[in-house]
Amino acid sequence: MRTAIRTFQTSLRALRRNIMRSALTCIGIVIGIAAVIAMMEIGNGIATLNQRSIASLGANNLMVRPGQAASGGVSWGAGSVMTLTPEDAEAVGRECPAIKAAAPEVRANGQLVYGNRNWVPMQITGTTPDYLDVRQWPVGEGSCFTDQDVRNSSKVCIIGTTIQREMFGTEDPIGKDVRLSNVSLRVVGVLSKKGATMFGSDQDDVVMAPWTTIKYRISGKASALSSAGSSSSGVDTSVNSLSNLYSSDAVTLYPVPSAIQQADTPQPIRFANINSIQVAATSTQEIPLAMKQITQVLRERHHLRDDDADDFQIQDMTEFLNTLAKTQGLISTLLLIVATISLVVGGVGIMNIMLVSVTERTREIGLRMAVGARARHILWQFLVEAIVLCLAGGLFGIMLGRGSSLLVRMLLKWPTAISIPTIVASVVVSGAVGIIFGYYPAWKASRLDPIEALRYE
Amino acid sequence: MNLIRLNNLTKTYHVGELDVPVLKGISLSIARGELVALMGASGSGKSTLMNILGCLDRPTTGEYWLDGEEVSRLSTDQRARVRNQKIGFVFQNFNLLPRTSALDQVTMPLTYTAANLSERESREKAQVLLERVGLGDRIHHLPSQLSGGQQQRVAIARALVNNPPLLFADEPTGNLDSVTSREVLQMFQRLNDDEGITIILVTHDANVAAVAKRAIRISDGMIEAGAYGGTVEVTRP
Repeated sequence: MRTAIRTFQTSLRALRRNIMRSALTCIGIVIGIAAVIAMMEIGNGIATLNQRSIASLGANNLMVRPGQAASGGVSWGAGSVMTLTPEDAEAVGRECPAIKAAAPEVRANGQLVYGNRNWVPMQITGTTPDYLDVRQWPVGEGSCFTDQDVRNSSKVCIIGTTIQREMFGTEDPIGKDVRLSNVSLRVVGVLSKKGATMFGSDQDDVVMAPWTTIKYRISGKASALSSAGSSSSGVDTSVNSLSNLYSSDAVTLYPVPSAIQQADTPQPIRFANINSIQVAATSTQEIPLAMKQITQVLRERHHLRDDDADDFQIQDMTEFLNTLAKTQGLISTLLLIVATISLVVGGVGIMNIMLVSVTERTREIGLRMAVGARARHILWQFLVEAIVLCLAGGLFGIMLGRGSSLLVRMLLKWPTAISIPTIVASVVVSGAVGIIFGYYPAWKASRLDPIEALRYE
Repeated sequence: MNLIRLNNLTKTYHVGELDVPVLKGISLSIARGELVALMGASGSGKSTLMNILGCLDRPTTGEYWLDGEEVSRLSTDQRARVRNQKIGFVFQNFNLLPRTSALDQVTMPLTYTAANLSERESREKAQVLLERVGLGDRIHHLPSQLSGGQQQRVAIARALVNNPPLLFADEPTGNLDSVTSREVLQMFQRLNDDEGITIILVTHDANVAAVAKRAIRISDGMIEAGAYGGTVEVTRP
């Protein structure tokens, strides 16, 4: 033990005797480790940025759809029962901690008319303002409709840029009234441009309105008719005057309110179904947790017994997630390669200097052997010198790397993050570099013949 | 009681296919407490004999008894131990570590000593030795701050730090002027007289050999004179 301490002290003394050279030798490792730390931290920042941008494509999104109905063994396919309600969407958003936002979605089809132009939007979506959070889709001009609008089923909408181009041309659409399936809606905002989906459908060809407006004023009866085995039969109220032309209502027990009366004061609805719930998880890693929490909340709300099957399905963006994982894998592999190269360069530098040092100190080695140092004492002395150099270099490198990553954070505003495993690993690696590249010179020193070494000039 | 006894020692170097005999049967003995000069011209095998006596090299055949131990067949590590405990070396060119204080020079061999002293004990011991060679006030000086004679005295203190029974001095005055040479030689004599340390002075200088009580002359791999005790006249110029 004491011999070990002595050897250590001897090595330290030797390093201190040549402090300038020791410092210069270190630089290789300092730069190597600094590069590793900075690369890892900045790389993490890039990964986070990357994750964010992929998340804006919808990688964090989940879609909850109603389950399927089956009669006599014949399935009606996904969405064939209406089991989801807007309250479900609210509950999911409120009660699941792994979820950033949740919004109901009601779909409709119809023709949009403004002045002498008309257009059939690819998508007409009824929802809440949270929908834009879920889709990470900011409003470009004007503003989104409000929760108040949703409660009042106000006749407002926001439109995508394609609609703006087709319907208004250069005209400013804000404040103008368009007619959707003969219901007049005031345009309050224009969404920013989102472009096409990965499959080529234009996402900007969209009209969004409060879900209550779409459900009760526009799609009205249509959605109720399509719901096979629906629990919401009889809920639909005829809003559109055109659908009253061929009314299916046989008996009227109460005075039927006129279309205008109905449109102005929609009936309070006890149960409303929606097409789906759009959900955004807080992060990509949280998706499995979010799915579990949604299942829990919905099963509870739907009063399902333990042995009942789910009456809904949750879908995630598997393709996106795989892409995300792949890009992140690529980034870390790249960083690892660069880091390894810089460490090898640093290690070779250490080895060169140690070899020079052994040659230069041949006489010293001879003397030490003459006064009784064994081969392994010499081996250890030089090995410890190399390891100490590398570890010291590693420590300075960590500081330098942290510093430069902080600089990047300050100047470029990249979200770099300290990575404890990287720091631990670089200490271990710099020690290992010392051992690997210090061994050969040390071994060479220990194999010197004391007689030759003492005579060396 | 002999400290050193050599029995028909030979050393043959192999140079390619050729066998070059350097020592051709050396037998000698040196008693404890002797101050002996080992003399010979260059090429006489003097250096080879010195390396073998100093346990730095192994003989090809023959026996080497040092302090009651046959050391000619010891392994490299065992010879390192013998050198550490039984032999002190003083060199012509001092061989001090550069940029190292006198105190650290002297404690250096203790690093490799099995009988461990604490840091403080070894420092105290080094201090005492440096005082004994007259450098008590220069223990923190670096070699570059010391004169040649002082450097050689540091080297002597270093050679003595493990209390070896045998001290080797290889041309100890070769790099010194005559005044400091005399001082250093007097120090060897004093160590020999006062403390009974056996000293072998390897030299080709008759002036240096003159301080020895006996001179072993070697020539062409054979001992010419002085192999065994008894007085041999050393001619003074």
